[in-house]
Amino acid sequence: MPATLADLGMPLVPWAAVSVVLPLTAALVAALLGRHAHHLAVPMALAGIAVAALAILDVVRHGVIETTIGGWTPPLGIALRLDGLGSAFLAVIALVGAGVTLFARAGFGPDAEGRETRRGYAFWPLVFCTIGGLAAIAVAGDLFNLYVGLELLTVTAVALVALDGKPAALAAAMRYLLFALLGSLLYLLGAAILYVAHGTLDIRLLSRSADPETATLAAVVLMTAGLMAKAALFPLHGWLPPAHGSAPAPASALLSALVVKAPFIIMLRLWFEVAPEIATSVVAQGLGALGAAGILVGSLLALRQHRLKLVIAYSTVAQLGYLMLVFPLAGGSGEQQPWSAGAWTGVVFHALSHALAKGAMFIAAGAMAEAIGDDRMDRLDGVGQHLPIAAFAFGLAAVSLMGLPPSGGFTGKYLLLTSAFASGQWWWAVVMIGGGLLAAGYLFRPLSRLLAKREQPGALLAVTRWRQAIALGLAMLSVLLGLLSLGPYELLQIGRPGSAVEGLSS
Amino acid sequence: MNALLPVVTLATSLLAAGVIFLLPESSKTVRTVVNLTAALGKLGLALLMIIGVAAGETYEATLTLLPGLDLILRVDALALLFLTLSAFLWLLTTVYAISYLGDGPHLSRFFGFFSLCVAATTGVALSGSLITFFVFYELLTLSTWPLVVHKGDGASLAAGRRYLIYTMSGSAALLAGILWLEGGLGPIEFTRHGSLDAGDPTVLIGAFVLMVAGLGVKAALVPLHGWLPSAMVAPAPVSALLHAVAVVKAGAFGIIRLVYDVYGVTLVNELGVGLPLAIVAAVTIIYGSLRALQQHDIKRRLAYSTVSQVAYIVLGTGLFGPYATIGGVVHLVHQGLMKITLFFCAGALAERIGVTRVEQLDGAGRRMPLTMAAFSVAALGMIGLPPLAGFVSKWYLGIGSLQAGQHWVLAVLAVSSLLNAAYFLPLLHRAWFLAPADDPARPAARREGPAWLIGPGLVTAAAALGAGLFAGLPLSPLGWSTLIVTRNYAP
Repeated sequence: MPATLADLGMPLVPWAAVSVVLPLTAALVAALLGRHAHHLAVPMALAGIAVAALAILDVVRHGVIETTIGGWTPPLGIALRLDGLGSAFLAVIALVGAGVTLFARAGFGPDAEGRETRRGYAFWPLVFCTIGGLAAIAVAGDLFNLYVGLELLTVTAVALVALDGKPAALAAAMRYLLFALLGSLLYLLGAAILYVAHGTLDIRLLSRSADPETATLAAVVLMTAGLMAKAALFPLHGWLPPAHGSAPAPASALLSALVVKAPFIIMLRLWFEVAPEIATSVVAQGLGALGAAGILVGSLLALRQHRLKLVIAYSTVAQLGYLMLVFPLAGGSGEQQPWSAGAWTGVVFHALSHALAKGAMFIAAGAMAEAIGDDRMDRLDGVGQHLPIAAFAFGLAAVSLMGLPPSGGFTGKYLLLTSAFASGQWWWAVVMIGGGLLAAGYLFRPLSRLLAKREQPGALLAVTRWRQAIALGLAMLSVLLGLLSLGPYELLQIGRPGSAVEGLSS
Repeated sequence: MNALLPVVTLATSLLAAGVIFLLPESSKTVRTVVNLTAALGKLGLALLMIIGVAAGETYEATLTLLPGLDLILRVDALALLFLTLSAFLWLLTTVYAISYLGDGPHLSRFFGFFSLCVAATTGVALSGSLITFFVFYELLTLSTWPLVVHKGDGASLAAGRRYLIYTMSGSAALLAGILWLEGGLGPIEFTRHGSLDAGDPTVLIGAFVLMVAGLGVKAALVPLHGWLPSAMVAPAPVSALLHAVAVVKAGAFGIIRLVYDVYGVTLVNELGVGLPLAIVAAVTIIYGSLRALQQHDIKRRLAYSTVSQVAYIVLGTGLFGPYATIGGVVHLVHQGLMKITLFFCAGALAERIGVTRVEQLDGAGRRMPLTMAAFSVAALGMIGLPPLAGFVSKWYLGIGSLQAGQHWVLAVLAVSSLLNAAYFLPLLHRAWFLAPADDPARPAARREGPAWLIGPGLVTAAAALGAGLFAGLPLSPLGWSTLIVTRNYAP
């Protein structure tokens, strides 16, 4: 692995750092601009994508990128570290972020008389801060920076949920805040224990330091519990559906696609990089079982919802469950598993394609809700004819979420399934395949409504074609991720932890 | 060049789908031109590759998705048989559908998914590995569902839901089987003789059962056939496509691939899974015929007939010996030609003179003589009357069953032919020999035409006749099937 900067020469501009600083600066500017803040959407979308592309290019050319802030190396200073996982996450942050801001441009500008609105005023700084927080988590190389990113997300994400100011939204936001704060507290406690035991929070130094087992175990367990609360992993998922269901559509897209993924990225770093040796097979199976329960419970609840946004939100609960299957499935010897390191890569593929597809789906649902006035499923009849592009986007995103080929969701599921069969753990395969069928169940319900004949009276409001096309763009990216998965696959192998190949509980 | 041809063949219908989706609803002429150009182009490419493959060329294209996961398009003789069938019937079905649907609603959506469906069928035909096959098999499910629910009324949506429950579960079983098999052995390509000899028998049998179950849903093997009769609510061109070309054939074709090109005949024999497969097929043949006998709706009668007839293909595959195999493989084509004729005609009858039920057929032969003539040719072929195509299939199946020492199959074939006669002949009798009821709502004047609606059925009926009459020629379906089987059984 090309490890240090000295070997390869440092990239001229630290794009990893820019990807954090840029949205945070935009947040400040947005606050100053007030009612004109929506003008930032287009330039920031383009700049975000460009910076992410440059950062990825650096990783492809130089391997893992390390940037120290102020020239101080860890443990004294703080290092930003960008590997394949982080840069792939940066890419979806930029893409989904662009989609969300471009879609929101019409809804969160000044009102018809040109006056600024509370929604418009608060939305833009919050969205840019959220994007900055996400980017910080993608590039952070130590547990404290990760904490800072997480806290930024907590504050801004809760505010986004509450943005509409309706009683239901406020209640959902309050519930979210409690869960998120509990999570932060547990995470911070764990980090403190690690710091006392090892004298550093730098991930690479931690992974090398000789090991006080008990303290590390206690810390990782606490932090995992906290992160599970933030990522809405079963059984700590209760806050997610009301929160994501009542936020404004572009915010829901951002929250469901990205914000809940960030804590999971940290979990991956904790278990696979900080302390891969502490997992036992019981722990790995246990975490997997929680994921399996999440898949089943989330899917069954999604089947019973009568509001489109709640279907999509419960789908997130189910889809996040798949992520936990990485713990029992990662690794396996080369002989058992001809496609080395399948599950770890598969889970990341799943997370990336879910981000793109779920972003697309919430935006498409937002367009539909704008057209019919609310998001009740029984009013969706025939909307596909009125909003063909949004409906098509919804369908394509559904293909990826169901894990059908050719899509990123399929690539992820394929890698996880082959790992399950190759390691003889067929029961996880049964869960995954069952989960795919359940997903088909809850996603074809709205889809068939979209294709049905419209018999209800009442005109539908127009949604411009290009705003629908944003959803389609994200959905197509989610499908392309499967069709062109070789590039992303190779990117993810840069800086991939060894435990991803060897497995956790070997 | 040899890598390009299969890709271009696939792309003709994919591109057509993309273009049609983008066309506004009103641009009917452009849509028609795109549809027909793509259909003709694909047929031309298929013919080009037939010439090449007959001369020993190989065409292959690979797209690597992941290390160890390749999408492979590979053109061999069996692939071409299915490809040519679907290209030929797609062209005719497109002509028919343009006329049948006229100026109805959602035509861009309809023809977009229609083309996508044919693209998926092309992919199924050209797949060179199990996982490639799965990818297109699943795409077929996705692209046919909007066609089944096309009308958007309650009955269509219910049928669509049923269709999805069956086909998605089938795909799940297929995927599980494929990955279970590949989990121990690595990616599996279609080879001429199969290459699994080293595998664990439990896994081999388990995966075989799962995969056959998954394929059996689309092939409508009893008891997995329940989606097919209810999918009849779809417009007639869709029924024609589902029954004759795309969906049921994808399942049957997959079973042929599985037996011959994944496991290999010898291994299937050793594992003892061939005979049970043949028995399931035999049960399906009898059961489908019995149910067809009970139907009074013409399309439903045809649907149950499909259940029965497609199982001939599986029967031929499950029995060992070259003749049975030839019979099964050639029936893939023969059943397609005959069944699509029946559906074209049934659709025309419903559209032009409002006949949808058996009792309403009285005197239909006088009012639509050409249509009823085509219908009769296909129906007699289904019964197995020489020299029609269906006779050739049954003859080979019969000889094959003797060769395999499975004499009971002859009884199945005989009973099935009697049942076929029992549910088809009354239709012909009513149409040709009974006087039309005096119904002021249905005037007795001839209602044949327009040509685009009637022509396709005449062409396919002629093809079904020709496939039987000229079965001895090397490029007839029978000649081609013999070539495939010879290559398979050759040492």
